[in-house]
Amino acid sequence: MPDRPSTFFLLWSQTKYQNKIFFRNPMAAFFTLFFPLMIFVVFSLVFGNQEIGYLGVTTAQYYAPSMAVFAAVSATYTNLAVTTAYQRDRGILKRVRGTPLPPAVYLGGKIISAIMIAAMAVLIMMTIGVVFYGVQVYASTLASAAVTFIVGVASFAALGLLIAAVVSSGESATAVTNATLLPLSFFSGVFIVPSDDAPAWLDAVANFFPLKHFVEPFVAAFSPLTVGAGWDWGSLGYMVLWGVIAVVLAIRFFKWEAPVGRGGKSRRRKKDATVT
Amino acid sequence: MAVIEVQGLVKHYGEVEAVCGVDLSIDAGEVFALLGPNGAGKSTIVEILEGHRAKTSGSVSVLGYDPAKAGRSYRERIGIVLQETAVEEQLTVKEAIDVYGSMYPKRRKTGELIELVGLGEKTDSRIKALSGGQRRRLELALGIVGDPELVFLDEPTTGFDPSARRQAWSIVENLTSLGKTVLLTAHYMDEAQYLADRVAVIAKGQIVAEGTPDTLGGRETASTLITFQMSGHSIEGLPSNEATLSENGRVTVRSMDPTGDLHRITGWAIERGVELAGLSVTRPSLEDIYLELIGEGTDA
Repeated sequence: MPDRPSTFFLLWSQTKYQNKIFFRNPMAAFFTLFFPLMIFVVFSLVFGNQEIGYLGVTTAQYYAPSMAVFAAVSATYTNLAVTTAYQRDRGILKRVRGTPLPPAVYLGGKIISAIMIAAMAVLIMMTIGVVFYGVQVYASTLASAAVTFIVGVASFAALGLLIAAVVSSGESATAVTNATLLPLSFFSGVFIVPSDDAPAWLDAVANFFPLKHFVEPFVAAFSPLTVGAGWDWGSLGYMVLWGVIAVVLAIRFFKWEAPVGRGGKSRRRKKDATVT
Repeated sequence: MAVIEVQGLVKHYGEVEAVCGVDLSIDAGEVFALLGPNGAGKSTIVEILEGHRAKTSGSVSVLGYDPAKAGRSYRERIGIVLQETAVEEQLTVKEAIDVYGSMYPKRRKTGELIELVGLGEKTDSRIKALSGGQRRRLELALGIVGDPELVFLDEPTTGFDPSARRQAWSIVENLTSLGKTVLLTAHYMDEAQYLADRVAVIAKGQIVAEGTPDTLGGRETASTLITFQMSGHSIEGLPSNEATLSENGRVTVRSMDPTGDLHRITGWAIERGVELAGLSVTRPSLEDIYLELIGEGTDA
């Protein structure tokens, strides 16, 4: 086929439309872009923007990057899982599967769009931190912060698609992502600055899941106490491992149609009943 | 050459046999209708041909491809109109047609397509804001945006009001005038009769009748029904062995020789001085034949 659209063109047009869909969905845009920002502002108010004793940084200096990570994970993990599962319920994935668009390009467009939204959320958070809360950004650690971000959102995007692959409906995708992200955010130093008093098992749980390995190096990249360029190869490698496993399992279990009796199918039955 | 060639197609869902041994041969440029009640297996057949579902056994060839294994080049040549409208609701009509159209090597122009399906005034409306009938028309547009050789229409007019239905029919006629092959499923006989060159009636996963709308059902179509009302008389001696008497005194004669039968019946009545109230001579409608074929008809 000489006139077949190029993969690059298709990927870009899918990304553009996924972005459009995201920004026209007020709930998703609110929870991803503004909710983390609100928490950041409230924490800065409640705790006052003073130095957190043993960390040697101000409240804002800690929470701006940590809430940026929370926003980035919401944009990739939560959003991809929930929107993909809902689109499957509505039969949209089935429609896409019936077109010549290669499935990998469709999912690729979703992932790139999610990463762009995550990047936007991080930039908004850090900009507000710098402008209104005196957050310091260090040139020496910018590269490691950027790489940590990319590896982190790519892994969490893969995990989001894995959740979409294994749940049976959009509702359960919402439940599973919230039930995993929120508790882990408490354990992993997103909402609560980690202290030495935490029980050992909690540390073990936090160390097992990838969130802590995203938050810790990203926060460290904005800490004046970090020496050198701030590379944390162990954490990066651990996130890559989670990401690769997630991709393999997501490909293995991904479904383009809602299971019979759920989502789209149950609506179809209702519709048929009114027709006959 | 046949565009769709199906032999001995069987599909099981666990214990349930949804399709049990279906043969089909559909030529290029033909409009073929699968007609049947809900759960007859027609959507399952179409979904197997579209590549959405794996068959249990049998052989299937569409445009020379096995749909279960076919990829991008097969899907560039077919168009699918799903039973349910499934489009991202946040997009506008124009955006949806643009983004889905961009996936195909050949494509219809967005503006022309929107006009063709009668959504001109809704070009920039969000899909969320469309009515049910307008969504179905958008669905139709998305099915043909890639200028396909073969179009699958799964119940294309379910939920349409009569005028939208006529409009959808004229779009299908437009497709056939361009030489496209169309496989459609329908609930309603009139739709199949109006659109299709050939019809297969499906009941319980099997084809129970196949032919052009005019010859469908064979003998049933050829026969004429002579009916009249009798009160207080028996039909003893009525010169027809195909007569039935219902409880309310309605007599139905299924006749292959209506002129002769009518002559004999009226002769019999005049001889006895009996009035044949409400005498009528009709051919059964296709709807009657269809209901009979799928086993839901009452004995006429």
